[in-house]
Amino acid sequence: MKILEGKGVSKSFGGLKAVSDVEFYVEEGEILGLIGPNGAGKTTFFNLLSGALPMDSGTVLFGGQKISGLKPNQICRAGMGRTFQAAKNFPGMAVYGNVMMGALFGKPGRSASEAEQITDEVLDFVGLTEYKDKMVTDIPLSAQKQLEVARALATRPKLLLLDEVMAGLNPTEVEDAMKLILRIRDSGITVIMIEHVMRAIMTICDRILVLHHGAKIAEGTPQEISTSKTVIEIYLGES
Amino acid sequence: MNRSNGGGSRIGQYIIPIIIIAVLFGLSFLTRTGTSMRPSYIVVLFVSILNYIVLAVSWNIFSGPSGYIALSTAAFFGLGIYVSALFGESLPLPVLMILAGAISFVIAAIIGVITLRLRGVYFTIFTFGLVLLLQYLILWYEVKFNNLRGRTVASVPYNTVFLSLLVLVGIVLLAAYFVRKSRFGMALSGIGECEDAAAHVGVNTTMVKVIAFAATSFAIGAAGAAKATTMIYIDPPIAFNVMMSFMPVLMVIFGGAGTFLGPIIGAIAFTILQEQLTTKWPKWYMIIFGTVMIISIVFLPKGLVGTIGEMKSMQKKIALLGITAGFMLIGFGFTQILEAAGVSIGGLVFPLLFGIAGFVIFANVFKRHKGKEAA
Ligand SMILES: Nc1ncnc2c1ncn2[C@@H]1O[C@H](COP(=O)(O)OP(=O)(O)OP(=O)(O)O)[C@@H](O)[C@H]1O
Ligand SMILES: [Mg+2]
Repeated sequence: MKILEGKGVSKSFGGLKAVSDVEFYVEEGEILGLIGPNGAGKTTFFNLLSGALPMDSGTVLFGGQKISGLKPNQICRAGMGRTFQAAKNFPGMAVYGNVMMGALFGKPGRSASEAEQITDEVLDFVGLTEYKDKMVTDIPLSAQKQLEVARALATRPKLLLLDEVMAGLNPTEVEDAMKLILRIRDSGITVIMIEHVMRAIMTICDRILVLHHGAKIAEGTPQEISTSKTVIEIYLGES
Repeated sequence: MNRSNGGGSRIGQYIIPIIIIAVLFGLSFLTRTGTSMRPSYIVVLFVSILNYIVLAVSWNIFSGPSGYIALSTAAFFGLGIYVSALFGESLPLPVLMILAGAISFVIAAIIGVITLRLRGVYFTIFTFGLVLLLQYLILWYEVKFNNLRGRTVASVPYNTVFLSLLVLVGIVLLAAYFVRKSRFGMALSGIGECEDAAAHVGVNTTMVKVIAFAATSFAIGAAGAAKATTMIYIDPPIAFNVMMSFMPVLMVIFGGAGTFLGPIIGAIAFTILQEQLTTKWPKWYMIIFGTVMIISIVFLPKGLVGTIGEMKSMQKKIALLGITAGFMLIGFGFTQILEAAGVSIGGLVFPLLFGIAGFVIFANVFKRHKGKEAA
């Protein structure tokens, strides 16, 4: 079943077509990779899906419901969680409070004790329990990335958008992040991940979508993508 | 950390509200220090203090955590003043206050829907513009259609104004206290710390901002209606005095933004300072006021209450002792004031009550700030 699908999704900034006429779908339970060179429009695409930016045109259906045009909080409550490429957290709160925000507001009508329980579970799930009383500014980068994921998970999403959660991590930490994403998928959450770390993308994604200058230029299994001529020419060949 | 706070003792969280109500109830005895014809100086002073507490605490409920610096205080305060000027002859004070509050609420909600999408400094500029807009609009209207510039306000006995403000302060303080601990308060802090992150975890940021802005404007409008009845004559520049937008901000910064006690302490300190200066050194008033402001910001960047949090544990114990003693002294003073007015309430009752109140409140403040440091 398709959990998310979109047609004609477009966004321009002035004359720049950041996302242009993208048609896509995401199968429930899969990990979809989103790759493309710097400035290809990947983050903008996430911003359109999650309602951070209004789209110029196009429609997106989430679980069969139209979500294009809704506000971020509505889309979140519909079951889409997201992380930010440049971590966005609540610096005045401890790690626990940051995750608690997701648990408290992610769904309407959650009681404080339910939210506390979710927070504990999520902290344990991503492996942040040891840092729970630390302020966000006092934890290492890898933990900050985990916190981004934890906050989104605490809303209890059906679909999770991950924007470069592996950027800046060392190989062991990348390994851990890969395992975490697989565990998230195994817990029943569909994942779309933007990533420049090719090894991770090729290993854990079921399918990959390639953006270039805002347009979708390829789509397929890791196998297909890594052997596609166009992709190698404009992207994989580059680095 | 958060959990230990929230889970804390369920009874514990009612100690401060009970103290607030007890202190305000105690203060209500001050009406006996004068007659309704001749109010005592202390009641007159307290009308100013309570008025500023409403403004500072209300401002801090919304702007403190959300980071949206509203400079519209003078606008809603002025609206409240005009409500009393227009209807003061026919309506009793509590009704005037509710009416002024309701009008302020509606206007603030409309302004909020339009402007709270504006981030940061644009919101501040717009809210400040509102003060000037209302001032000139009303002046223009009065001159053109009513052929007058100012109006007299039907006066209400000081004791009545004092008691009405006491009730309003009670409501505002309880609101401030409970909002801080509530889901709504977390949403407001989330907005202040990272609005995008808040929106993407499901916080309806626009609604939270509009409700907080409108509800606190209600209190500001109501305070204006009460204060107006002590002003005798008003005109638009008096009613919409831009200083009223800045004073609460200064008070909150001085006392400690984002704390519960800070705005209260700031309001008390600045009102007394203002009273002293305007009566004793009227020429030097602005200069001294400004200097105190700058010095306090430079040396107490987190405000009086915030700075307490940075003290070492021994310093804290000494400070707590001093504060308790200070509160007991205030209690003695209070007893004397009442005695002078012929109300005798047993020697140690007020000193003990005040001492305990001061101790409990500040022990709480110290504890919380220590927790934050450790976290
Ligand atoms: N809010 C904005 N206003 C104007 N231009 C923008 C905005 N956001 C993105 N852009 C531009 O749109 C283009 C796509 O940016 P985007 O951040 O989506 O790329 P990306 O694929 O995520 O790149 P990276 O891999 O570097 O993160 C870039 O040229 C960027 O400068
Ligand atoms: Mg990006």
